[in-house]
Amino acid sequence: MFITSEFTTARNLFPYNDIHKWLSYGHDGKHPGCDEYYFGRREFSFTLENDVYLRYKSFKSASALEHAIKSCFPYKIDIGAVYSVDPDKRHAYSQTGTNVFTPVERELVFDIDITDYDDVRYCCSGADVCSKCWPLMTVAIKVIHTSLKEDFGFKHILWVFSGRRGVHCWVCDPKARRMTNEQRSAVAEYFRVYKGNENNARKVALMGYSLHPFLARSYVDFLKGFFEGELQANQSIFSTKDKYDKILEMISYEDIQSELREKWEKSANRSSLSEEAISLVRWEQLKNTLQSKKHKAPTLRMCVEEIVFTFTYPRIDLEVSKQMNHLLKAPFCVHPKTGRVCVPIDPNNCDEFDPLAVPTLSQLIEEINSGGSKMGVDDDDDDTDSSLLGKSIKFFRSSFLGPLLKSCKEEIENSYKTKIGKSKDSFSW
Amino acid sequence: MEVIRSQKRTPSNDTVSNPKIPLYLTAPQMEVRLEEFELFAIDRLRVLKGVSDGLARGRNPKEMDDLVDTLWKEHMRDPDASVMLNKDIISHFVLRLVYCRSDELKKWFLSMETALFRHRFRLQNFEAQRAIVGEFGLPYKAVTGAELEGLKERLGQVVRSLGQISPTVEAVYYKVPFEEVPDLVASRRVLIQKGFAFVAGSQLVSLVVTQFRSHISKALILTNRKWTTTIREREKDRLTPIVEALSTSYLGPDYSQSTEYAEISLKDIDQVAKSSFPLCMRHLFEKVREDHHLKHGGRMQLGLFLKGVGLKLDDALAFWRAEFTKKVGSERFDKEYAYSIRHNYGKEGKRTDYTPYACQKIILSAPGAGDHHGCPYRHFSEDNLRAALGRMGLSSRGMEGVMDQVRNKHYQLACTMTFEAVYGTSCDAGINHPNQYFEESQKILKSKTPPAPV
Repeated sequence: MFITSEFTTARNLFPYNDIHKWLSYGHDGKHPGCDEYYFGRREFSFTLENDVYLRYKSFKSASALEHAIKSCFPYKIDIGAVYSVDPDKRHAYSQTGTNVFTPVERELVFDIDITDYDDVRYCCSGADVCSKCWPLMTVAIKVIHTSLKEDFGFKHILWVFSGRRGVHCWVCDPKARRMTNEQRSAVAEYFRVYKGNENNARKVALMGYSLHPFLARSYVDFLKGFFEGELQANQSIFSTKDKYDKILEMISYEDIQSELREKWEKSANRSSLSEEAISLVRWEQLKNTLQSKKHKAPTLRMCVEEIVFTFTYPRIDLEVSKQMNHLLKAPFCVHPKTGRVCVPIDPNNCDEFDPLAVPTLSQLIEEINSGGSKMGVDDDDDDTDSSLLGKSIKFFRSSFLGPLLKSCKEEIENSYKTKIGKSKDSFSW
Repeated sequence: MEVIRSQKRTPSNDTVSNPKIPLYLTAPQMEVRLEEFELFAIDRLRVLKGVSDGLARGRNPKEMDDLVDTLWKEHMRDPDASVMLNKDIISHFVLRLVYCRSDELKKWFLSMETALFRHRFRLQNFEAQRAIVGEFGLPYKAVTGAELEGLKERLGQVVRSLGQISPTVEAVYYKVPFEEVPDLVASRRVLIQKGFAFVAGSQLVSLVVTQFRSHISKALILTNRKWTTTIREREKDRLTPIVEALSTSYLGPDYSQSTEYAEISLKDIDQVAKSSFPLCMRHLFEKVREDHHLKHGGRMQLGLFLKGVGLKLDDALAFWRAEFTKKVGSERFDKEYAYSIRHNYGKEGKRTDYTPYACQKIILSAPGAGDHHGCPYRHFSEDNLRAALGRMGLSSRGMEGVMDQVRNKHYQLACTMTFEAVYGTSCDAGINHPNQYFEESQKILKSKTPPAPV
């Protein structure tokens, strides 16, 4: 799918210095409190041609990283955890005692893939994505981002397009990086609502007499509006029998199912309305019926919400988030199958993000050839604005990297001051 | 802790400035009278058994709170608060010695002490709970005033989302970094805001109880070590016999004096065994008749039971002799077995009138190869138990209920259910002694038979 020569361009355009700055978290050696070996303890992994996979690669500097990538020719670069010792040198340490090779820091990460929504999107399936189903990702970003900020208090969150059909999230606060597997698991479970497999028709079961405040806020601020607006317009989830049968099965009360089924079968051919309009009418009918009958069984209490959640609520890949040693693709890689660059997404403007408008490798090469931008990306170049990739780099630096590094430097300074203060107070002859 | 013989007690200076519930973190440095050593422990044991009973009957948390309150007031109260606290601490540490000695005992003690702690904690008021949380060194701050007001609505939502129809928010909430309560976060049982989880007092109980449980569990292991290496030997003439007796002590009527209803004669014994014996004794009795022999454990368990049931010494001797001589001959019987039967009736040696075993003791026994004593609900395989219950006349439906209790290790409840199925009546008190089973059974049967014509 990809041409080797084109990929050389990808490796030339990769922002080594920015990535290095990010993953150093302020440990650039300029302050006495810095840990100059910090970056060198981070694991990278390379995927080469023919799917050869190289793990536990580590580098002392940005240039070492650049050099390795330009000589190994990986098609994909993954970022792993920061370990207790240099991953490259891990075999020198035994697995017992104090010098154990173990992860000590890692961003809290999330991976949302649209193929996990195949049972609720009718326009595409599998690896495809289009403007009709991408909004599912948009709403997922909004829900998760809001919760990470408001509920968990995280501040340094990076959202990245995965290059084809999903999004990744990197939470980079110091607190997040130090979370244990158990804590990561807890956050992932907090976000989990959909529990589906082929054995159950009702994959979202909302118990109790009200929604948890997090779910309630998500529903009111994002999910309800999305379901009744954009989703219906794009997917018309009630317009055909196949489609609406699936929804009717989520209602755990046979009588209601039959009642609605009958009504809709009768009206099937008579209407001259558009698919979307039919769908909306039926949704209203369903809501009304459930409203009047919900006292009949506890499982009907929040059936309307359950349906909305089934179709719209984020479905994260739990395994990715739970373990510190899980590897995740680096931002600004080029996706080998689509040629698109894994650019950051602005969570505050994610409605405007169009996965089909993301620069591809071919476009970047053309831009270079026509003299529109230089090879490589300079650190302090104000002209980067105008080039295809430049906008993304600028956004990465100003919205994410800048504030992150500022806060990291403060932290390093403070903990250094504390350490000095402590050693001043205690002295021994 | 120093145990002394009856001397005037020196007032203890070590009562800690008032945690309402001591955490038993270190053994108290005080002097304890020998009598108190045993009596305090027995009183606490009554509380723990009451707790055990309540849990086995499936009491909900609120009911357990009330039960613990009642039990504590009944057995552990003293007008002098410092005396009450001392009793609390001393009794706990004595029972640690008693219950550290086997995995089964440890498990029981740990469960009961943890449950006791949990419900005593729940009964405390806000300040006391806060103080206890502080004692554990858990740095959680309580949320009050305006901050709490601002959260009330969403806290109510959390409560409703957990299945409670009315959004009654608790009085106490703690602000805890979300990282410290992963299970509450994962199940969305708390409100989270800006990195902090708002944990209700009742949820905090879990955290505190987990700490308590973990501490006691470790302590029991250490205590066991000390017991086996030093204490047991050193105290073999003083504390050890008390400690050993305490773990099997049964706190109900001891059936050592048989009552009017319970007198049976040798000619009736087979019929009575079939109609009124609990399964454990039925089995032993059938085996004696079948094998003409029983090993020591069985002889003790059945023999003492028969004594409790009203079999006189002479009749007992005749019964055992009739069976055993079929196998071992009359001379050997007199030499090897008659003595111990007489011993059981207090006619030999120490002349202690031994008391029939209670269920707890029987359940804890360990029948080996060739033994038939113990509790069938515990010691029989499922198949054998079903067969035996079938012979007692249980229907397959009745059996399921019993088997269910067995699977949940509620052996006495299983026996109670059997009783209820056999006699068609409910037994609210629950069976905890084979002789109780017998007496209750006789009461029912006698009330059904018409009086003999005059």
